[in-house]
Amino acid sequence: MKSGNHLQMRWMELLVAACFLGVSLLVITDSIRVGKAWGSDGPEPGYFPFYIGCLLFGGAAWIILQTLRAWKQDDGKEVFAEKHEWNLMMLMLIPSAVFVAAIFVLGIYLASLTFVAAFMVWQGKYSYVKSISVGAGISAVLFALFEVWFKLPLPKGFIETWLGY
Amino acid sequence: MDELNNLFQGFAVALTLPNIGFMLIGIFLGVLIGVLPGLGGANGVAILLPLTFGMSPTSAIIMLSCIYWGALFGGAITSILFNIPGEPWSVATTFDGYPMAQKGKAAHALTAAFTSSFVGAFVAVLMVTFLAPLVAKFALNFGPPEFFAVQLLTFASFIGMSKEPPIKTMLAMMLGFALAAVGLDSVTGTLRMTYGQESLLKGFDFLIAVIGLFGIGEILLTMEEGLAFKGQKGRISLKDVLETWKELPKYWATSLRACLIGCWMGVTPGGATPASFMSYGTAKRISKHPENFGKGAIEGVIAPETAAHAAGTSALLPMLTLGIPGSPTAAVLLGGLLIWGLQPGPLLFTEQKDFVWGLIASMYLGNIVGLIVVLTTVPWWAAILRIPFSIIAPVIVVICAVGAYTVHNSMLDVVLMLVFGLMGYAFKKLKYPLAPLVLALVLGDMAETSFRQSMLISKGSLEIFVSTPLAGSITGLALIMLLWPAFGLLKKLNRG
Repeated sequence: MKSGNHLQMRWMELLVAACFLGVSLLVITDSIRVGKAWGSDGPEPGYFPFYIGCLLFGGAAWIILQTLRAWKQDDGKEVFAEKHEWNLMMLMLIPSAVFVAAIFVLGIYLASLTFVAAFMVWQGKYSYVKSISVGAGISAVLFALFEVWFKLPLPKGFIETWLGY
Repeated sequence: MDELNNLFQGFAVALTLPNIGFMLIGIFLGVLIGVLPGLGGANGVAILLPLTFGMSPTSAIIMLSCIYWGALFGGAITSILFNIPGEPWSVATTFDGYPMAQKGKAAHALTAAFTSSFVGAFVAVLMVTFLAPLVAKFALNFGPPEFFAVQLLTFASFIGMSKEPPIKTMLAMMLGFALAAVGLDSVTGTLRMTYGQESLLKGFDFLIAVIGLFGIGEILLTMEEGLAFKGQKGRISLKDVLETWKELPKYWATSLRACLIGCWMGVTPGGATPASFMSYGTAKRISKHPENFGKGAIEGVIAPETAAHAAGTSALLPMLTLGIPGSPTAAVLLGGLLIWGLQPGPLLFTEQKDFVWGLIASMYLGNIVGLIVVLTTVPWWAAILRIPFSIIAPVIVVICAVGAYTVHNSMLDVVLMLVFGLMGYAFKKLKYPLAPLVLALVLGDMAETSFRQSMLISKGSLEIFVSTPLAGSITGLALIMLLWPAFGLLKKLNRG
C-alpha cells in the first residue's frame, strides 16, 4: 500500500469504497431481517433503508470498478498523502486517541491537563513549567465553565473523588 | 405590511438587555471560532449547543445564530492576513485578499471584506424578512408528498451542483441516511441495525458527527500541512475604513451579482462555499480587467465575501419555513430547534411568532454589531493566530471532546467523535463531500417519515409524487437536478 515515499490514492480509494460496501451489506441484511416489503399496515421498517443500502452498494461497487479500471494507468502515481504528511497526521491522531482513552481513567480535567502539557513539551518544545501551566489553565477554565457556571458535570476520575467532587 | 409589524415586535424581543448580551457573546465566540483552525461555524455551534439547553429558545437561537455570523466574519481575517482560510467559504477570499495584504493594503482588504460581508448578509436578511412569511404560508398547504418532493429536491441538487464526483456525493449522502436509520424506528417501534448493541438504541447523533467530521478532521488535515503561521500585520485605522468605503460604491454591480448568486445558492442548498467560488468566477469573467484577479484586485475580495454571507444568511430561509437547512451550520441550528422542542416548518411562523421574528430581528442587529466588532478588534484576532499550533491543536481537541461528551453525557460519543474525525480526514482527501452526509443525517428521519406517509396515502404507488401539480413540478425539478451530471457527460461524449 505504501510505495516509496507516499501513500497511494488508489489503495485508499479502494479501502474506503470497501468500507462503504461493508456498511451497505449491514444495512441490506438488517433491512431484510425487519422486513423490506409492504406489510398489512403499510411499508415495513426495512422498506426505506433497503433502498438506501442498495444505492450504497451500487455506488461503492462503481467506485471500486473505476479504481480497478484505472489501476494500470495510475500506476500508484496519485498521492493520498506523502509519508511525512501521514506521519504528522498520526502525531496528532495517536495522542488524541490516547487522550480519549485517558478520560475513562483520569477524568476529563486531569486528562486534558496532561494532554495539552505533554503535546506542548513534545511538539512545541516548551518548558515543563509553561506547558503545565497552560494545561492547568485550560482545565480550570473548563471546570469553571461547566461544573460551576452551567452545572453540566463532565467525566471525573479519582483525583476529583479524592478532592470531594 | 404585516411583516413590518412583526419585525418591530421582533426588535422588541431582540433588544432586551440579556439578548443583546447573548448577541455580543455570540459574535465574539463566532469570530474566535472562525479564526481558529479546526473550529468552524457548524462544529462550533454544535459544541456550544448543549450549553443552551437551559436557556429560552429565543435567547439561545440569537446567540447561536450570532456565532454563525461571527464565524462568517472571522474566516476573512485569516484568509487575508495569513493566506489560511479559517473556513471553507473564505478560500476564494485568499486569492486576492492575501496579495492585497502583501502589498501593504491589508486594512483595505479587510475593510472591503467586512463591508461586503455585511452588505451580502443585509440583502439576504431583507429577502428572508419578506419572502419567508410567504414561503411559510405557501408551505402550509404541503402534504407528505410535497414535503418529500422538497426533500428530494434538496438532496438531488446536492448531487447535481456539487464540485465533487456525483457518485461520491451520493455515497456520502446515503451513508448519512443509513446512520440516521439506526436505532428505534419512529413509526413501528422496531429496532433497526443495532445488531444487539444497546448503546445504538438512540442511533447516531448528528452533533457528534459534525464535531468529529469538521473539528477533528480539520485538525488532522491542518496538522498534516505542518502549518507555520506567517502573517501580515493587520491594523485598521478610521482613515483606511473611510478610504475603502469611498471606493466600494464603484463596485456596486459586482456586489449586486454576488448578492443574487449568494441568495440563490443559500436557498437552494448549495451553501456558502460554492457560492463564494461561483461569485469569484463570475466577477472575474465579467470584469474589464480579469488579468488583475489573483494579484490583489479588490473585486476579488468583494465578490466571494458578499456571496458567502448572502448564502450563509439565506440558508436560514428554507430551514425556518420548510424545516430543510441550506447548509451544515443551518442543519445544526435546526437540530437545536428540535432539542428546544420547536417543530421547524411553516407552522413556526404562526405558532412561535416571537421566536421567528426575534431571530430575524437579531439577524439585522447581529450583523451590524458584527461589522463594528470585527472592524475594531482585528489586531486582537490576528494575535490569537500567532499562538503556535502545538498549543492550539490539543486545546481544540479537548474542546471537541468536551462538546461531544455534553451532548448526551456519554463517553461512547467521544470515541465516536474520533472515528468520525478520521472519516472526515479520509473523506476530505478522497473528495467525498461532508455537507450532504450531515444533512442526510439530520433530515433522514423526516424524509423517511414523509416518504412512508405518502406511500400509505397512495397504497405503495410512487405516482403520488407526480399526482398534484405542485408535487409533480418539484419532483420534476429534482429529477432534472439529479440527472444534471449525466447531461454534462452526454455533452462530453457528443463532442467526442
